Amino acid sequence: MNWADASAGWSWNPVTDLQQIWAFPFMVNAFRAGTVVAVLAAVMGWFMVLRRQSFAGHTLAVVSFPGAAFATLLGIGAGFGYFAFCVGGALVIAAIPRAGQGGSGQESALTGTVQAFLLACGFLFVALYKGFLGGVNSLLFGSFLGITTLQVAVLTIVAAAALGALTVIGRPLLFASVDENVATGRGVPVRALSVVFLVLLGTATAEASQITGTLLVFALLVMPAAAAQQLTARPALSLALSVLIALAVTWTGLIAAYYSPYPIGFYVTTFAFSVYVLARATRALNTAVGRHRFAGAGAGAGAGAVA
Amino acid sequence: MSTVKPVTRPGDPVRYRVPGQAAEPRFPVVSLRGAGVRVGDRTLWSGVELDVGAGEFVAVLGPNGVGKSTLVKMLLGILPPAAGEVRVLGEAPGRAGQRIGYLPQRRSFDASLRIRGIDIVRLGLDGDRWGVPLPVPARFSARRRAARDRIAEVVELVGASAYAHRPIGECSGGEQQRLLIAQALVRDPELLLLDEPLDSLDLSHQGAVAALIGRICREAGVSVVMVAHDVNPILPWLDRVVYIAEGGAVAGRPQEVITTETLSRLYGVPVEVLRTSDGRLVVVGQPEAPAVHTDRHAEGGKP
Repeated sequence: MNWADASAGWSWNPVTDLQQIWAFPFMVNAFRAGTVVAVLAAVMGWFMVLRRQSFAGHTLAVVSFPGAAFATLLGIGAGFGYFAFCVGGALVIAAIPRAGQGGSGQESALTGTVQAFLLACGFLFVALYKGFLGGVNSLLFGSFLGITTLQVAVLTIVAAAALGALTVIGRPLLFASVDENVATGRGVPVRALSVVFLVLLGTATAEASQITGTLLVFALLVMPAAAAQQLTARPALSLALSVLIALAVTWTGLIAAYYSPYPIGFYVTTFAFSVYVLARATRALNTAVGRHRFAGAGAGAGAGAVA
Repeated sequence: MSTVKPVTRPGDPVRYRVPGQAAEPRFPVVSLRGAGVRVGDRTLWSGVELDVGAGEFVAVLGPNGVGKSTLVKMLLGILPPAAGEVRVLGEAPGRAGQRIGYLPQRRSFDASLRIRGIDIVRLGLDGDRWGVPLPVPARFSARRRAARDRIAEVVELVGASAYAHRPIGECSGGEQQRLLIAQALVRDPELLLLDEPLDSLDLSHQGAVAALIGRICREAGVSVVMVAHDVNPILPWLDRVVYIAEGGAVAGRPQEVITTETLSRLYGVPVEVLRTSDGRLVVVGQPEAPAVHTDRHAEGGKP
């Protein structure tokens, strides 16, 4: 399929374009699934970026590839493989003390070793299942084709459960993430929260992998959260921005992928990357302007604080 | 011990809690009877006797690696005592967490951490509550208003209003330390446990933060137990010091404890305490603890 073959090209009228896209049930499902995944990944990713657990997130994403390949090899739905391997991987990382926090080279080396081995296993499973080779690309780089209504329902229920759990632990998790020692002193169960969060992160990774592919999960996990945290230091606003950015890049990614022959993972990643670059540039600009203004405003602020 | 003198200076913020009156029966806020602690199979110290009264400022001193932070962790209930009896605010350690403000030993927040100082203070107020706050505007919620006012009050008390809305990673070490003291104070604690709060600050900030802690102790009647490796910045405010050596400890008034005789007896080697012309104390010949610095580096790891 390319530009010329598409039933009708991009018309620059968003209403007719969306009507045209949503005329296909598979595209409606793709938008539903994309929306659910974007919200979940943005929220979990926000905490992941704050906790500096990106390496753990990356590991979980990579682990989802052998999971899907193994499930396909067994002849069961790839979704089972995604969830089983990601949540299992999360529990393994949780069992390694302080892994994924960049604390100790030894532990991140251990995580990396297991991650590389499982990636290799994934390719073995693909090789064993000979007829599957064509699907490797979509496993690694994402696909929005053939998402069934049942899949959308499963994604929605799992995401709702994960977000519900995160809502319950949200505030103590934030406390434990930014100020572990004080949180421990206040009786916050820091270790248990860390395990629960990793399992939730595994769930989010398993969901996002099914849309962006296992190698580009970071497009939805890291980039919107990182961009939002560049733009504001207010936790609630930052979290909301992260969700908005994830939704925007997923939707535009889906539309772009519909009108062109390239995989959706590429578009979502590129758009998210552009947002991140813009966010960094905005912050740099703000800092420069702020510094320029500071000379005048500083005296007034100082006087106010003393009074 | 010394009574709580209400000291007021021009420009001081209004005190937010009336200190306990001298007539009130004085139960010790912290009481250690023959307390000892072990980390692994090594006894850090034992036989420590200490009473901290309401509104007293107590410093825990001693060489690096001797177990000063461990004492604070024991008072918090993170680490159990190996021997003796320990009571904190009349209860077993760990039971009175709501009434204790804690400032752990740390270097600083990561410069890239994008959370405002005021959010850090807020976590001290309600960070251990489950759930997330409903996005109700403060206009419609009395509780939110009360929380907002309390945070503003305590930020004002430590003099951090000018930078409390900046990301904490962008604040200087002294500014971060003030915000962390505000976090420890926000729940109006009866006891402050401070682990080397002056560490990593330059000299002028050390004096200012020490004065802030001393003022809070005097004016709000909060008992302070502070780990320090230099007694000089806090000397004017101290009621009592605990000097920990490998094995044992001595407690008492600074003038009695930080002397050539007492420290020589504690360490079992000749130690000399000198007084400089401006009144600063210098301890010469104090032995270093055996080079097991686990308690300095285990921060954030296993307790």
